[in-house]
Amino acid sequence: MKSRFGSPLLDAAIRLLVPFMWLFATYVLIHGHDSPGGGFQAGVILAASIILLRLVRGRDRVSALTSHDALMLACIGPLLYGGIGFASLLFGGNFLDYGVLPLPMEPAEVRVIGTLGIEAGVMVGVAGVLVLIFDILAWVDNDTV
Amino acid sequence: MIDALALLFLVLMVVCAAAALRVKDLLAAVTIFGAFSFFSAAFFVVQDALDVAFTEAAVGAVITTVFFVSAIRRTTRRVR
Repeated sequence: MKSRFGSPLLDAAIRLLVPFMWLFATYVLIHGHDSPGGGFQAGVILAASIILLRLVRGRDRVSALTSHDALMLACIGPLLYGGIGFASLLFGGNFLDYGVLPLPMEPAEVRVIGTLGIEAGVMVGVAGVLVLIFDILAWVDNDTV
Repeated sequence: MIDALALLFLVLMVVCAAAALRVKDLLAAVTIFGAFSFFSAAFFVVQDALDVAFTEAAVGAVITTVFFVSAIRRTTRRVR
């Protein structure tokens, strides 16, 4: 995992696979209202695709998402969740009562958008944390732990 | 009443768990644990709990296996 263990065959395979995994994660996120899935599962699929990239490409050729980016994602997710919650608190509702957000839409559509924002926050947070756990387990040297 | 397919998956789960405990090679134990997660997900599908099955298949069979293999790589592979 530390060195690049991939071959051109594996490289071509993940080039085909990873975009579809991202598409499936987006599908799971958006259809989480009325079918199995949701933010957590979408985040796990996203993290699995990124970990697959890291397994094949190795430490030296990470271009998609560095460990620092994963830490940023793990912070942005809870920030999005809590931000939507406190924004609805700010506009006169309860915490996470996103029906009161002043968006130029129908009330039901505002609720759907609010739920989607919450789920997107969960997805980004879960993906960042899982990638970070993998980085620490596989890449951090023994003497620095 | 639990049907035959669910019973089959439950028995396979028990077999996988016992095998993962008894085997000496830790990498083999992790692989068998992945099979345990897969049968567990199949059991949840039979029970119409698709959401739980989805989560189990994604987390248990993929992420946990990768984490365990990474952890084995830092330690020894054999049971003392």
